[in-house]
Amino acid sequence: MQFWIIQGLNSLSLGGLLFLLSSGFSLIFGLMRLANLTHGAFFMLGTYFGAVALRDYSGLNIWVTAIGAGIVVAALGGLFERLVLTRLKTNPLGQVLVTLGMAFIISDACLVLWGGDSIPVPTPRNLQAPTRLFGFVFPTYRLVLVGIAVVAAIALYVLMDRTRLGAMIRAGVDDRQMARAVGIPVSRLFTIVFCLGTGIAGAAGVLGGPILSAYPGLDADMLPLALIVVILGGIGSLFGAFVGSFIIGFIYTFGTALFPELAYIILFLPMIFVIAFRPQGLFGRLAT
Amino acid sequence: MKWLAIALFAVVALSLPFVAGDFYINLASQILIAAIFALSLNLLVGFGGMTSLGHASYLGVAAYLAALLTSRYGFDHSSAALISILGTIAMAAFFGIIALRATGLGFLMITLALSQVLWGLAYRMSNVTNGDNGITGVTRPAPFGISLESATSFYWFALAVAVLSFVMMAIFVSSSFGSSLKGVRDQPRRMAALGFNPWMIRWITFIYAGFWGAIAGLLYVYYNKYIHPTSLSTTSSAEALLGVIAGGSGTLAGPAVGAALVLLLKNYASAYIERWNMLLGLVFLFIVLVMPTGIVPGLQKLAARLRGRSS
Repeated sequence: MQFWIIQGLNSLSLGGLLFLLSSGFSLIFGLMRLANLTHGAFFMLGTYFGAVALRDYSGLNIWVTAIGAGIVVAALGGLFERLVLTRLKTNPLGQVLVTLGMAFIISDACLVLWGGDSIPVPTPRNLQAPTRLFGFVFPTYRLVLVGIAVVAAIALYVLMDRTRLGAMIRAGVDDRQMARAVGIPVSRLFTIVFCLGTGIAGAAGVLGGPILSAYPGLDADMLPLALIVVILGGIGSLFGAFVGSFIIGFIYTFGTALFPELAYIILFLPMIFVIAFRPQGLFGRLAT
Repeated sequence: MKWLAIALFAVVALSLPFVAGDFYINLASQILIAAIFALSLNLLVGFGGMTSLGHASYLGVAAYLAALLTSRYGFDHSSAALISILGTIAMAAFFGIIALRATGLGFLMITLALSQVLWGLAYRMSNVTNGDNGITGVTRPAPFGISLESATSFYWFALAVAVLSFVMMAIFVSSSFGSSLKGVRDQPRRMAALGFNPWMIRWITFIYAGFWGAIAGLLYVYYNKYIHPTSLSTTSSAEALLGVIAGGSGTLAGPAVGAALVLLLKNYASAYIERWNMLLGLVFLFIVLVMPTGIVPGLQKLAARLRGRSS
């Protein structure tokens, strides 16, 4: 019983982390029609920033570090969008290829800067003690992580559905040219959304640090997970990313625990299934 | 112009073993293998309009199958090669069914995700694939009793296969099927209205590209006598895609030239610096931003302009 409960919680916390990772990917894809293959690398960059900052400055805590890393990664993302991606507006394939090139550059730069050994991210001290609930013992940090993901999901929903900025983004998603015609600055929205998406990935990298730790190849591990989540949930749909994250969180955790050799294959079954019957994903709309 | 290029290639390729040392002959073999691989990817990217980021799957799986069957399960080379090719074709058929549910960016993401699974499997299923250690001790076959151990004999073998593959793919592209493929790339709706089945045309092309990917994989493992999970990585797919785009996707010979350039760059760069991935990323940015149509179309344009000036 303890096994199932603990693995269930691990699934939830991985799902929360995956949501933080894939919501940004999904936002960017929804507005910009851009598959941002740098997303895993931005996540890894966040993890490395967090790991190194927390190792070298003992006064920092993980929350401040996550926000700081989020801002730094968002700024890098914004620069990349302004300097490179805007030049390729008419060339969607070219955009994907430069994001791939950028991913190679960032992951190699991390290897140069911080070496090949993994750097652990310590769990915050006040969350190290396990929590007892209904007679079961839970790692507190993982519970907190699930909470953060839920809060982030609500915040993103409010942002997209209840604010002026969100309304403009939705207008840009639905009809880019019409949005331009009524005076919405769509290319500025592109920059804002790209910064937001990459910033969330950077912060998520720090928050995922205590579970994953920073190591070379983290980007290559995370990017496919993000891809599977958004393909499963429906590309561009926040709700789809939310549901998809938890489905994949459960499948991956239980798959690794029960059939460690086959975890990677099991991971793909739901995606294959969904693509076969609903190519636009669970909550996606058909591309027009 | 075209015949000049072919004649030039023939002279260089046929005289190389007599004038160059083993190092350059081996380099040429590697270029031939990379060229077959890039040409097969170009069927999808250039002629089919299907940008795949998972083409390393076919090279890697065929290479792994051949390596495992010969070195561990005691198969002889011809039956191992046959099983590897058939297995890879079956996998391409299956992956095609999944990936071709989507087009454009969705297709790209699905192919990338599928190939990442295989990469993960090669790393993690270490009781089968030997994980990060790779599989060593693969031998080269001896077709018709001719040993391929020397650099020169392997070069002739690779050259023969490469020329055959080039001719076969050129026939494929210029056949009526190739025309319908280009039609589906440019105007899928009109083609459907004309009674063609776009999905079937794409699927057959996908499998055919997988087949030549498998051939490249066999040559790859025979050449290296070793296979490692990195052959299945995104980097490996991306190198081939860079070759296709740098050389000019949708041209016949362009991707072979592009693949040769990428391989030469990799070889020379790795002699001086260890940062191949970073360089690869920078070259990607450079090619996409500066030469989006590729090198061969760029040169053709240049040649046309020069001819226009002289006449």
